Amino acid sequence: MADIISTVEFNYSGELLATGDKGGRVVIFQREQESKNRLLSRGEYNVYSTFQSHEPEFDYLKSLEIEEKINKIRWLPQQNAAHFLLSANDKTIKLWKISERDKRAEGYNLKDEDGRLRDPFRITTLRVPVLMPMDLMVEASPRRIFANAHTYHINSISVNSDYETYLSADDLRINLWHLEITDRSFNIVDIKPANMEELTEVITAAECHPHQCNVFVYSSSKGTIRLCDMRAAALCDRHSKFFEEPEDPSSRSFFSEIISSISDVKFSHSGRYMMTRDYLSVKVWDLNMENRPVETYQVHEYLRSKLCSLYENDCIFDKFECCWNGSDSAIMTGSYNNFFRMFDRNTRRDITLEASRENSKPRAMLKPRKVCTGGKRKKDEISVDSLDFNKKILHTAWHPKENVIAVAATNNLYIFQDKIN
Amino acid sequence: MFSKGTKRKFSDGDEEISDESLVGARVASSYSLQRQSLLDMSLIKLQLCHMLVEPNLCRSVLIANTVRQIQEEMTHDGSWHMVAEAFCSAGQSPSERLVATEVLCRSREQDAEPKLFSVISYEGCREEEVVADETLCSVSVSDTVSNVCLAGRIGQCWEKSELSGVERDEEALEDSRLGSGEDEEIDTKDRASTESPKTIGQVFGTFEIKNGSPGPDSALEELFSDVDTSYYDLDTMLTGMQSAPKMGPYDILDSLAPSHSSPSIVSTPNCRSDLNELDHIMEIIVGS
Repeated sequence: MADIISTVEFNYSGELLATGDKGGRVVIFQREQESKNRLLSRGEYNVYSTFQSHEPEFDYLKSLEIEEKINKIRWLPQQNAAHFLLSANDKTIKLWKISERDKRAEGYNLKDEDGRLRDPFRITTLRVPVLMPMDLMVEASPRRIFANAHTYHINSISVNSDYETYLSADDLRINLWHLEITDRSFNIVDIKPANMEELTEVITAAECHPHQCNVFVYSSSKGTIRLCDMRAAALCDRHSKFFEEPEDPSSRSFFSEIISSISDVKFSHSGRYMMTRDYLSVKVWDLNMENRPVETYQVHEYLRSKLCSLYENDCIFDKFECCWNGSDSAIMTGSYNNFFRMFDRNTRRDITLEASRENSKPRAMLKPRKVCTGGKRKKDEISVDSLDFNKKILHTAWHPKENVIAVAATNNLYIFQDKIN
Repeated sequence: MFSKGTKRKFSDGDEEISDESLVGARVASSYSLQRQSLLDMSLIKLQLCHMLVEPNLCRSVLIANTVRQIQEEMTHDGSWHMVAEAFCSAGQSPSERLVATEVLCRSREQDAEPKLFSVISYEGCREEEVVADETLCSVSVSDTVSNVCLAGRIGQCWEKSELSGVERDEEALEDSRLGSGEDEEIDTKDRASTESPKTIGQVFGTFEIKNGSPGPDSALEELFSDVDTSYYDLDTMLTGMQSAPKMGPYDILDSLAPSHSSPSIVSTPNCRSDLNELDHIMEIIVGS
């Protein structure tokens, strides 16, 4: 039975797509090799491997359950035939090795084909075992377990460009790990106040710079982003750059802070920009300009007048993610009613699409959707009050090279591709 | 707030003005009603936490910040004291809130939720502290008496509920508290000791340390020997044997205040009256 998907991530080549769910399972999809015979068919994604990454645990000291829900998956760059990924729940990060086995050795001397040991007295000749093909078996094995380093809930993990270290961030602290060392990590950011009563801000997301292995950013619940340089100090409590857009006084309300809270931060592939997602918009920042973003895209501005209801039903705390396409020319993020939005940075055009079974048959073109914000509702438009706020698209991913996207709609995964002409 | 059932008279000159002021008052009251309902909603959200799984810290912080924002605005409006009175007098919902706070505090350890909720108590405390500083340094505080009364009571109400919550917490998790609790209390004590001698010096002139015992602590103890020193007993605080409420940094300042402030500040809490106040609050909660 499918569980609610909590994270989606393509690997570096785009050949593999990993999803994590609320039940602690990881499901990996692999793209079919493109068949030269069927020119019109692009590789489809099929299930490659499924494994249980995390189990529910109980913290006896606090008398609290630790959820097995996978918060984040991040792939490591491929260095040999096996694939490696990091998966994290609230407290523990695990490094998994996914390897294929499509051959097995036959003709052992000391055991027969069933695996039973042969009677040594019966062995009269020596033979060399031969590798014979077998049905493909994909095995996932945990290679490292990075535990006990987070008091608060892990919200982000990010592999460094040195491919040796990675960071993990919880609400108040960020730790730097070496992939080979599990029994200790370096704490590089700590925003926990001496007196917890003074806590007013938490870390919401963190990411390593794609090329500069000494640089990382972290976002906060107050809508700010701090860029830190690990060369400056062992503890990066003092930022090198501080990104914050001044507040628009005319739109100030009791909800201003909540909707400014950043739910996701992603560097562009080029490393020159970063993108942040707050409740109503997506902002693109130039790393060289701290005082305001260079681009702002409204995701669902029509919700601004509904903030009180969204606060009441807790939807205002939903954490939407965002992603870049491979060339950084487009960005994508999710919304409600199973809608997701894509913005072209060059043409400034945007589109709203829906991920739902009823409205899309396989291989059919997705129809653009529109939300009616007031006045007369046109045909095919949907009014704000008819939106289903239980159908939220929080997790989306874009293939690193092609126009293939993965959209997680509650417990369904949708994969869309560009139409080939 | 305008009274209900006032009949408007149809008269030319006055009508427009009263219309406007009526509309204005209605808008204002609808805003304050909305604000109040937002405050209520936020408090309920803070209280209704999943008891089995740790609640989302980000969400809790954002809600607590919203509550603080509303409180600040209401304080500026002057409407906060009405809410505070509602809290402190007998009533169904305020006591429920107090009880719920205890429930909230009980199931957590030191680092988690209750401290967030006590952010609200921090507000009340801060007001007390400001007054205490003034009384330490200045002479007349007549204007602030009423504010002190009410501010003191707000802080107490929130704080008492949090205190009893923390008490229960400490009983349950004595060992884990010891480590950090120790640091907290020592810092507090040091801070209080080092801060006060300067102002005391101003008021009383220089004094000699007779016993030559370590630090200004003993000098303070001599000066305030009439104060119940069990509250200053580090051991009492450290072992978590809570017959007395836990002392936060502002409590100590408050306790020092009465010794050399004008007697009109009766309602500024001091150690000995704390227990009386606590009894009073318990009476309200129990509903006797």
